[in-house]
Amino acid sequence: MSVAGINVLVDETRARMAQADTQAGKAPLLSVRGVSAYYGSIRALKGVDVDVHEGEIVALIGANGAGKSTLMMTIFGQPQAREGTITFAGQDITKLPTHEIARLNLAQSPEGRRIFSRMTVRENLQMGAAVNGGRHFAEDLERMCTLFPRLAERIDQRGGTMSGGEQQMLAIARALMSRPRLLMLDEPSLGLAPLVVKQIFSAVRDLNAREGLTVFIVEQNAYHALKLAHRGYVMVNGAVTMSGTGQALLDDPQVKAAYLEGGSH
Amino acid sequence: MEFFAQQFINGLTLGSIYGLIALGYTMVFGIIGMVNFAHGDVFMLSSFIALIFFLILTSWLGLTSVALVFLIVLIVAMILTALWGWAIERVAYRPLRGSFRLAPLISAIGVSIFLSNFVQVVQGARNKPVPPLVRDVIVLYQNEQYTVTLSYKQAIIMTTTALLLAGFWYLVQRTSFGRAQRACEQDRRMAALLGINVDRTISLTFVLGAALAAVAGTLYLLYYGVVSFSDGFVPGVKAFTAAVLGGIGSLPGAVLGGLIIGLIETFWSAYFSIEYKDVAAFLILIVVLIFKPSGILGRPEVEKV
Repeated sequence: MSVAGINVLVDETRARMAQADTQAGKAPLLSVRGVSAYYGSIRALKGVDVDVHEGEIVALIGANGAGKSTLMMTIFGQPQAREGTITFAGQDITKLPTHEIARLNLAQSPEGRRIFSRMTVRENLQMGAAVNGGRHFAEDLERMCTLFPRLAERIDQRGGTMSGGEQQMLAIARALMSRPRLLMLDEPSLGLAPLVVKQIFSAVRDLNAREGLTVFIVEQNAYHALKLAHRGYVMVNGAVTMSGTGQALLDDPQVKAAYLEGGSH
Repeated sequence: MEFFAQQFINGLTLGSIYGLIALGYTMVFGIIGMVNFAHGDVFMLSSFIALIFFLILTSWLGLTSVALVFLIVLIVAMILTALWGWAIERVAYRPLRGSFRLAPLISAIGVSIFLSNFVQVVQGARNKPVPPLVRDVIVLYQNEQYTVTLSYKQAIIMTTTALLLAGFWYLVQRTSFGRAQRACEQDRRMAALLGINVDRTISLTFVLGAALAAVAGTLYLLYYGVVSFSDGFVPGVKAFTAAVLGGIGSLPGAVLGGLIIGLIETFWSAYFSIEYKDVAAFLILIVVLIFKPSGILGRPEVEKV
């Protein structure tokens, strides 16, 4: 190999290392800065700051109506933030239309699951893969069927005829079909039997541990969510009031009193 | 019996045209839950576009190949009508999306009135004839008193309808665009969350609906050889009836409904009185709405929440 060739190699390696540095250098994958959102004249989010780093599981807990789901939807531009900025992978997405945000490989399993009830399980998963034009669909379908074997059994059944737990698995699988860089889960445990909740949470933990999937999860079920998460935020009345590692929040007397006492241990 | 057979063929032809128009209604309703009352007038407009290009090709350019003329006219009419469909959606419906439910409906009626008046102004109020393009008939049966025939025109109309139904069914059920359409129909916000450009999907649906109307309009001109500015209303409303009868939102239902309306109307005219054929057609609408509001092939809503 010539000297010039070696120099090129060295340069490339340096460039790659520099890139790795900036990634490790705490530039968050998702960054929400001072975001306020309104429903009509009601200020649903009041200057929210949230960061999600690559490879993390971050939980957002809070009471009913605190604005958690509003934050999830605001990240997707529904409604758009009126103040503040949202950046994803270094790109400002505050004013992007919803479908363009989704095309940046940001996927959400939304509140209420929103399965296409008159489509089969397979078609729902195909919809999830729409952003990458159905490339590696077969392979991803296989993965989802291994992750949630129940879906494999029901692959040609209509989404609307499945149980709540199966629908939740489908909603998560549908979001995963796009091979997201960030998976956002809104209340995945809502209305499900404890055993099913356990299954779903362990699937998320596995994906994070094995594939380094970044997860941002919104939960009322604070105990499970904080157990799962590396870091957590507490939201009250549209504002973030506390943040810390999952364990720190679990041990915090205030969090304990407000969200954990008498909760689902 | 011979008379019945002939009427049956005539009824199927008329029904095919209704079915084609009904496909446009049902597709637009399927995706945004709105009855596009301007669809009948888009159909009429496309008939005029077909008429104009037919005259240009035959009188000015002197083309004599019937198949070629028909094909060019059909394609041009589809493209131009699709443009109208796109423009109408952009101007009259999209700004009203997210408004109250009746708003786009009222806007559609406005577009309908605009289109028929626009054509009346630019084309005149009189019936516009074209010389017959295809005259050949196939004799199916013959005895001393009666001949049962299937004209080439009728065969073309029925075949086209069958092919387009099959094509659109495939499009909606088996392609990614069709899936996106159905996703928009069921949950527009979720579709957007999955990266579907909802506005573009709806726009394209209107474009396709208008192109279908153009096929119906061209065939209508071919069959009757005459068109007038007021020809959008009655066929439009009957096609709407057909869509409701078949189960609005269902593509096979639209064609089935069209065939039933066409047959009933034809038989009613043949055996009872031609003056009251519209009464028969609309009586069906009333009866269906009372006893089976979801239509013949409409889906009953069974869903787990």
